[in-house]
Amino acid sequence: MEFLLVGLLAATLRVATPLIFGTMGELLSERAGILNLGIEGTMFLGAFVGFTVAFSSNSLWLGLLAALISGVLAGLLMGLLTVTLGLNQHVSGLGLTLFLTGISLFAYRLIFGERSVPPSIDTFPKLTPFENLPVLGTLFEQYFLTYLAILLVPVFWWLVYRTSFGLQLRAVGENPEAVDAAGVSVFRMRYLALGLGGALMAAGGAFLSLAQLGSFIFGIVAGRGWVCIALIIFANWHPLKVFLGALLFGGVFALQLRLQTTGMQLPYELFLALPYLVTILALTIAGRNASAPAALLKPYRRE
Amino acid sequence: MTGLRIERRPAPLWTRSFIPVLAVAITFSLTSVLILWAGANPFEAYFHFLVAPLSGRVSALEVLVKSTPLIFTGIAVAFAFTAGYWNIGAEGQLLAGAIAAAGLGMALDGLSPYLAVPIMVLGGMAAGVLWALGPALLKVRLSVDEVVTTLLMNTVILFLISFLLNGVWRDPVSGWPQSPQIAEAAFFPKLVMRSRLHIGFLLAWVVVGATWIVLNRTALGLRMRSVGLGKTAAQFAGVNVNRTILTAALVSGAIAGLAGVSEVAGIHFHLIEAISPGYGYTGIIVATLGGLNPLGVGLAALFIGLIETGAQSVSRALGVPIYLGNVVEAVLLLVTLSMLVLQNYRIKRA
Repeated sequence: MEFLLVGLLAATLRVATPLIFGTMGELLSERAGILNLGIEGTMFLGAFVGFTVAFSSNSLWLGLLAALISGVLAGLLMGLLTVTLGLNQHVSGLGLTLFLTGISLFAYRLIFGERSVPPSIDTFPKLTPFENLPVLGTLFEQYFLTYLAILLVPVFWWLVYRTSFGLQLRAVGENPEAVDAAGVSVFRMRYLALGLGGALMAAGGAFLSLAQLGSFIFGIVAGRGWVCIALIIFANWHPLKVFLGALLFGGVFALQLRLQTTGMQLPYELFLALPYLVTILALTIAGRNASAPAALLKPYRRE
Repeated sequence: MTGLRIERRPAPLWTRSFIPVLAVAITFSLTSVLILWAGANPFEAYFHFLVAPLSGRVSALEVLVKSTPLIFTGIAVAFAFTAGYWNIGAEGQLLAGAIAAAGLGMALDGLSPYLAVPIMVLGGMAAGVLWALGPALLKVRLSVDEVVTTLLMNTVILFLISFLLNGVWRDPVSGWPQSPQIAEAAFFPKLVMRSRLHIGFLLAWVVVGATWIVLNRTALGLRMRSVGLGKTAAQFAGVNVNRTILTAALVSGAIAGLAGVSEVAGIHFHLIEAISPGYGYTGIIVATLGGLNPLGVGLAALFIGLIETGAQSVSRALGVPIYLGNVVEAVLLLVTLSMLVLQNYRIKRA
């Protein structure tokens, strides 16, 4: 029983990893005032670029690096649309997701052709720092990206709440006019947030192809980006609560996987749908006192 | 040297009619990089995109077939967007309509088609309304952001479909995760014999016409447009903003539901997991390209239908991956959006 529970927790951390990267990336963008619905496509792009570069260069690290760069570019493209041109963020973000998904599929088919068995690579190995300890040994048998994701949360919190960069970032998302008057470039901050955020989102996608699966399949991201969008609202734009939300979501997902393999006659789809429904419920409860960045969705123009 | 100055004044009216043409030209120039990468001649590719589908009977009809669900979802999205309600959930509402169509279609065995088809159509619209109801009520009652809730509802219904197709509805004949076939009485009649074109296409244009009338010739349409332009101002003018938004959201859901009915009863005759390759999301492209104007949306849907059929042609003839079509659609959306902003500026000699 205890063994099962620890195994479940370990799976929870693994499932939560791409969500942590995705939410941190999205949170960075939203804190600067840009809702980036391009997240789903950026994660997909990261998974594709990471896999393809790793496959052809035989280096997982090079793959990861390329994925991060592709994420930065995706974020900058979102910046061009929403910061420079000031376009509607909903439609731009969805358009970006459609574009990045389309171009990844196009390039994948062009490079690898049509194959019945998708090409695969050896994934990142799992690290076991506590190999000989009973409980911790099982729990911390994870990919290094998972450890990185967990470390990212306090670093992110420190960055956003304890540094002048974080202060400027949050101010840009709350009151860009004041930030501009104080001599900080709103455009630069927003581009910076989108670029860094895009890299984090792509890292989440690359985790899926370089660590979890070792291949690139068309359903690889499967709505995880949208989950991230929801988790942020669920957690009221706070990084630590976002982390807890990602763990909760990962836990429910890991649990339904476990139930499926035990052959229990339960509609596992209900379990899969549950986190989404809980999120909607949470939105309902948090609805009135949600503390979204005040300038979210508002393009900034110097008149 | 004469300097040029950019000022924030609407561009002259005559330039606006060039925007769609210019957007298509820019899109094709940008995507030609990909065509060259695939080792094909861009001009040949454009020929296959734009001309080849129209040169044969089968493929020309296929353009209309492919545009049918997009007209529905495009109008659905445009209807909601006009009132400033960002319904991203047309995909889910379409799927709700498809579930209802499959359920009713199976149950209506033995009925006359004159009864079965209308019942299915109404049932599909009701299902679309039902799936749109939650986010719409949350929006007007508790001001919960509809973008996120409608987006989440899209994922939730995918699980519902998976649940149905792997459980109670799993086809006992084939064993595939697809529902049993709907009754033949519930099949949409064909518009053209020996083709896939069905009356759903006609129904779609009826919806286009009806939407045009509602938006341009009724009090509701006026209220919707005023709410879309500014909620506070509409409120001051005496418009019941919440009721208007609720109406727009639910009608939008009903129209999206029709898309699902049309795909089940006109094309597939089963409910399958891949009943929609993202028609709801493409509907957002269509609505934007059509400038939220019903006739424009209809034309944009025809154009995207042409692109989708063309992508198959490009893929078959030149070996360019079929996903080029998806890229072209997305780039067209982003380029059109950008140009709509640029039309607010004009260049002047200083």
